[in-house]
Amino acid sequence: MKTPKTKGVSWDELKKSLKPRVEELKFSLHRIRKSPLSLIGLSLILLFAAIAILAPKLAPPKHPYEPYNIPRYGYSAEPRPPSTQHIFGTTEGQYDVYYGVIWGTRTAFRLGFMVVGATFLIGLVLGSLAGYYGGVLDEVIMRLVDIFMSVPTLILAMALVTALGHSLDNVIKALIIVGWPIYARLIRGDILAVREEDYVSSARAVGCSSPLIIIKHVLPNSIYPLLILASLDIGAVVLVAAALSFLGLGAPVGYADWGQMVSFARNWIVGPPQNPLAYWHTITIPGLFMLFFVLGWNLLGDAFRDVLDPRLRRK
Amino acid sequence: MEMRAYIIRRLLLLFIVLFGVSVLVFGILSLFSPEQRASVFVTDVKQLKDIPEIIKKHGLDAPIHVQYYNWMKALLRGDLGWSKTAQKPVLEALFYFLPNTVELALLSAPLIILVGIWLGSASAVHQDKLIDHTTRTLAIVGWSLPTFWFGLMLLMIFYGYFRGLLPPEALSMKASLYVNSGEFARYTKINTIDALLNGQLWVFLDALRHLILPVITLTVVQCALVMRIMRSSMLEALGRGYITTARAKGAGENRVVKKHARKNALIPVVTVSGWLIAGLVHGVVITETIFNRKGLGWWWARAAIQLDIPAVLCAVLFNGVLFVVTNLVVDLLYVYIDPRVRLR
Repeated sequence: MKTPKTKGVSWDELKKSLKPRVEELKFSLHRIRKSPLSLIGLSLILLFAAIAILAPKLAPPKHPYEPYNIPRYGYSAEPRPPSTQHIFGTTEGQYDVYYGVIWGTRTAFRLGFMVVGATFLIGLVLGSLAGYYGGVLDEVIMRLVDIFMSVPTLILAMALVTALGHSLDNVIKALIIVGWPIYARLIRGDILAVREEDYVSSARAVGCSSPLIIIKHVLPNSIYPLLILASLDIGAVVLVAAALSFLGLGAPVGYADWGQMVSFARNWIVGPPQNPLAYWHTITIPGLFMLFFVLGWNLLGDAFRDVLDPRLRRK
Repeated sequence: MEMRAYIIRRLLLLFIVLFGVSVLVFGILSLFSPEQRASVFVTDVKQLKDIPEIIKKHGLDAPIHVQYYNWMKALLRGDLGWSKTAQKPVLEALFYFLPNTVELALLSAPLIILVGIWLGSASAVHQDKLIDHTTRTLAIVGWSLPTFWFGLMLLMIFYGYFRGLLPPEALSMKASLYVNSGEFARYTKINTIDALLNGQLWVFLDALRHLILPVITLTVVQCALVMRIMRSSMLEALGRGYITTARAKGAGENRVVKKHARKNALIPVVTVSGWLIAGLVHGVVITETIFNRKGLGWWWARAAIQLDIPAVLCAVLFNGVLFVVTNLVVDLLYVYIDPRVRLR
């Protein structure tokens, strides 16, 4: 049975073939609109995306060639409170808090996307291979997964960053090395479940090649849990990276990074006796940016779960 | 018979994974240059010019499998090297820092589990009511909280604003001097327990006062996971046939929830206790650093900053073994708890 090439398809036919997909998409959007929490999550992420994109407008860099370095206004250690010049005040070493949190948003997005993108791809490839082919390949990959997953993320990442050298790039590398196994395990499990379905057997019966079966038939049916995990993971990755920066293993001093900005504030949690909360801004503001960023991704991940998972969406 | 085969299989797997963890640790070690690894043996500045000699002496430029063999041999003898951050051999340092961490974990873990189970089942029983929405929102916020920031905020309020109400560190100066004097017998090296055994109530209260904030920090962030899993498995359990049966037989709602649903809903919570350990370790590293409690996490964090290679490797090894063994215990427990589990 030969179908005409796309060129020959009329507009009506194309519309007809796309109809179920459009309807499913409409249903998804409807589900998102119906849930206030997912709307909050979406708006938070959009807000942060806007901040990241508009960063050069919102906080013009002092030196255009190194925008991620937070400008300093003096060298005294004591943070200064918010004023008209520095709306969020300055933190230890007179780094401008406003500039730091704005450009820190870019750092967070870059870090989250790079780590999750890479772990997602590595996990997807290795997990699909293990699940679809089984046998020795499966055994080897899954034991590797076991080994990597047997050390808590933060500890393994800490050790890797120590070995590779303290820098933001090495934090990203370490988190990729640490992060892929959970994706591989998840996709493998789903593929094992899907592999025995009738539609995969029939695809095999009509002579589809294995890679084609994986890509066209198996993955589309088992990828949703992975997408949900990825969304929740962006928040988690940003948290671990921030923790590493806070410990002093990540970004170099003065780099726009939320974790490091909180670590600047560490010596200033208690103000002078007459005003114990004098330096509240140094810790509260970068922390709130971090909290809302992670919260946004977590809410979005939760919403994805309800909307995308075929087992839950019609409930 | 079936059970024995399962345990044997799991023990074999345990050794494979432990071997893998040791290779992983060794792999991280070999990322360092021979010169960096030689620095581990340097205790005096004068030795710096002898580095090539040290490399030779300890075989740091030998083929990788020979190095692994030597390293494993030392490891099995309990020789994990010298930790420069602790100024002690690593194994000794491990036991030195352990009690403070155990104290924190022993107080937090039951709280995390109990609060998580309680909130999770309350949320499921009152699905889509106010209490459900509140706890779910709290859980997702708690899950998104950066542990280190939350701990610092608590310190800012309860140490700064309330004038030293709940201070950092493990003990006050006075208590710490007394505890380290000869008059105070150290049975377990855990402050709270030793204080009770010595009959010194004020030391106990002092230690407890220093524990409140770290425990809250750990509990709030970690119990969100337990709560969410408990809620979904409780919802599933409440929809089962045996619940309808129990209700049809006239069991009171309280009994149905507590005896029939909750018991079955606990099974997935047991499964994630492995993750809980990982979460606790993460939390412990951060909380101990923030509150300056000298425990394992505090040591490891400092070791990572100061390139204390033996201590960092000890962290990976210790947690790897801890995690693998807990998972084994959990899986074995699982067979007893859940009669539906068919062994393969």
